[in-house]
Amino acid sequence: MTDIPNSLRTGPDARGHFGQFGGRYVAETLMPLILDLERHYRAAQADPAFKAEFDYLLKHYVGRPSPLWFAERLTEHLGGAKIYLKREDLNHTGAHKINNCIGQILLAKRMGKTKIIAETGAGQHGVATATVAALFGLPCTIFMGAVDVARQQPNVFRMKLLGAEVVAVESGAKTLKDAMNEALRHWVANVHDTFYIIGTVAGPHPYPELVRDFQSVIGDEAREQILEAEGRLPDMLIAPVGGGSNAIGLFHPFLDDGGVEIVGVEAAGEGLDKKHAASLAGGRPGILHGNKTYLLQDEDGQITEAHSISAGLDYPGIGPEHSWLHEIGRVRYEPVTDDEALASFQKLTKLEGIIPALESAHAIAAAERIAPTMDKDKIIIVNCSGRGDKDIFTVADALGVKL
Amino acid sequence: MTRFAATFAKPRPALVAFITAGDGDTAANLDALVVGGADVIELGMPFTDPMADGPAIQAANLRSLAKGTTTADIFAIASAFRQRHPETPLVLMGYANPMTIRGSDWFAAECAKAGVDGVICVDIPSEEDAELGPSLRAAGVDLIRLATPTTDPARLPAVLDGAGGFLYYVSVAGITGQQQAAQASIDEAVARLKAATDLPVAVGFGVRTPEQAAPIAKVADGVVVGSAFIDIIAQHGDAAAPYVEAFTRLLADAIHGAKEIAA
Repeated sequence: MTDIPNSLRTGPDARGHFGQFGGRYVAETLMPLILDLERHYRAAQADPAFKAEFDYLLKHYVGRPSPLWFAERLTEHLGGAKIYLKREDLNHTGAHKINNCIGQILLAKRMGKTKIIAETGAGQHGVATATVAALFGLPCTIFMGAVDVARQQPNVFRMKLLGAEVVAVESGAKTLKDAMNEALRHWVANVHDTFYIIGTVAGPHPYPELVRDFQSVIGDEAREQILEAEGRLPDMLIAPVGGGSNAIGLFHPFLDDGGVEIVGVEAAGEGLDKKHAASLAGGRPGILHGNKTYLLQDEDGQITEAHSISAGLDYPGIGPEHSWLHEIGRVRYEPVTDDEALASFQKLTKLEGIIPALESAHAIAAAERIAPTMDKDKIIIVNCSGRGDKDIFTVADALGVKL
Repeated sequence: MTRFAATFAKPRPALVAFITAGDGDTAANLDALVVGGADVIELGMPFTDPMADGPAIQAANLRSLAKGTTTADIFAIASAFRQRHPETPLVLMGYANPMTIRGSDWFAAECAKAGVDGVICVDIPSEEDAELGPSLRAAGVDLIRLATPTTDPARLPAVLDGAGGFLYYVSVAGITGQQQAAQASIDEAVARLKAATDLPVAVGFGVRTPEQAAPIAKVADGVVVGSAFIDIIAQHGDAAAPYVEAFTRLLADAIHGAKEIAA
C-alpha cells in the first residue's frame, strides 16, 4: 500500500479542471486543436531535448536566473519582516512574460505551426511574443484593443520594430478582453497553420497548465535562492494577479509548503465599490475565454468592464487555478487600489533604485501593509514581475506631471 | 411528434433563420420570418463577448445590450412567439455564461416554460456537456450540437452523443458571416454526417444569398442564414420587418424548391 501524498500541485485533472474551475469551453472548431496541443505538450514534457532547449534560451537569451534582491532599505523603512524582491524586471523585454513565450514558441515549432498570434493589453505580452517570433523568424500578428493601441504607443512601435503586425481591435470595449476575442476569432479561421501564444494562465486547457509550468521557473529559482541566502523557506510570498501568470509561477513550487503563507494581490482600481479589476473580491464564477473562473459580470452573465491604472491587471477575469486556490483557501487574495500602487511605485523607486511595473507596485503596496505587522526575523518574497519604464507616462499623467 | 420532427419530416429542405434578440423590433421580425417562409427560428441571446461571431452579429449583440436587453426579456420574446406561432420550432443560440449563470436547471426550465425547442451553445463542446446538456435533456429541450470541418471522424460520435433536434454543420472553420465554403466540401461533409446520424443536418456560416443557399439545400436538410438578416435589421432598424419578410421569401423559395429542380 502506498500513501499518495496530498499535494496541491497535481492539478488540473485529465479534463483540465481545477476543482470546478478551468475546463475547455471553446467552439467545436477549436476543440480538436486544443486536444492536439495537449498531446504535443505531453510529448514535449517527456522529451529532455525540449527542456534543454527551454533552459538554454532562458539562460542565454532571457538572462536567467533573475536575482533575488534583499531590499534592505525598504525593509528598514517598514520596520518589520525582511523583504526580498524576485527581479523578473531584469529579464529580457523587462518582465516575466518572456518565460512563457519562449516555452510556447518552442511548442509551436514542435507542432509545425508557421504563424504566431497573441493578444495584448498594455503591450508587454505583445512585445514578448513579437520578440520570440523575431528570434524564430516566424510571422506574428498581435491583437490589441484600439483604446490600448492609443494609450500604449511606445509598445506598439516596439512590436512593429520587431516585425509584428499590430491589429487594432475596434469591437466591444476595445481593450484586452476584446483583443482576446479577436485573437480567438482569427485563430478559429486559421487553425491549420497558426499557433496562439496566450499570455496568461487563462484560456482553455491546457493553456493554464502549460503557462504555469513555463512560469514556474520563477518559484523554482526563488526557492533555491532563498535557501542559499537565508537557509530556510520564506514565511510569505506576495505577487500581483491580473490573469495571474507571474503569481502562479512564483506560488506553484511552494503550494505544498504549509509554512509559507501566500498572498495574491488584485487590482482594486478606484476602490471595490467603484471601478476595479478584482475578479475574486468583486466577481463570481462564470465562463469566458475558454475557462470557468471568477469573472466581473452582471446578474445576466454579461461581462463588465474592468479598471486598473495598471493595464496588465485590467482584465475582468483571473486564471482558473487562482480561483481554485482562492476557494480552498490556500492563497489569500487582497485588493490594492490605484492610489496605493502609485505611492508604492514611487517609494520603491526612491528607496531601492528600482522602478517597478505598476503591476508589481500593487504587490509592493501589499508588502508595505503586511510587513510592519510581522516580526523582523520573518521573510517575505515579493515578485517584482516587471520594470516600470513602460509606465512612466501613465504615472506622470496620474501625478499631474507633463512630460 | 416534436416540432423539429414535424418540420424536418416535410419533403423539402428547411430555411433556418437567425436573428439577435432585442436588436430592432424582434417580435415583428420574427413574425416576418415565419410569414416569409422560415421553417426554424434561431433567436440569438446577446453576449458582451461573442467570440465566434463576425462583425455583423457582434454589432447586433452590442446594439441589443445597449438597449438594455435582459435574459428575462429574451424569454418573454420567446413565450410571446410561441403563443403566436404554435408550430414553428424555436431555438435559443448563444454563449455559455448567460445560459449557465443562474444554474443550468433554471435555464432549462425557463426554456421549457417559454416553449423553446432547442438550444445551441457555442462554447460548450461535448467535453463540457455536464455544464448544460443533462439539464436541457431532463427538461425535454433538445441540445443542438455543432460539427465543423475540424471535427474528425474519431470525434464525431462524442459530438453526436446527447445531441438532439438537428445537427448544425458549421461549414467553414471561422466565424459567422464571413467567407463561404466550397460547395464540394459541403457535399462531402453532409454525406459523411448523414451517414453517422439520423438527425437532420442543417448547414450554416457564410450563407448569405438564395444563390448560395440553393445548392446547399440540394444536399442538406436545412440551410442556416443569419448575418444577412442582421444586415437588413442594422440598415432598417425598427422598420426592418417588411424587408426581412421579402428577403425570407427569396431564401425560402430557393431552399424549398432546391430538390425539385431536375438534375
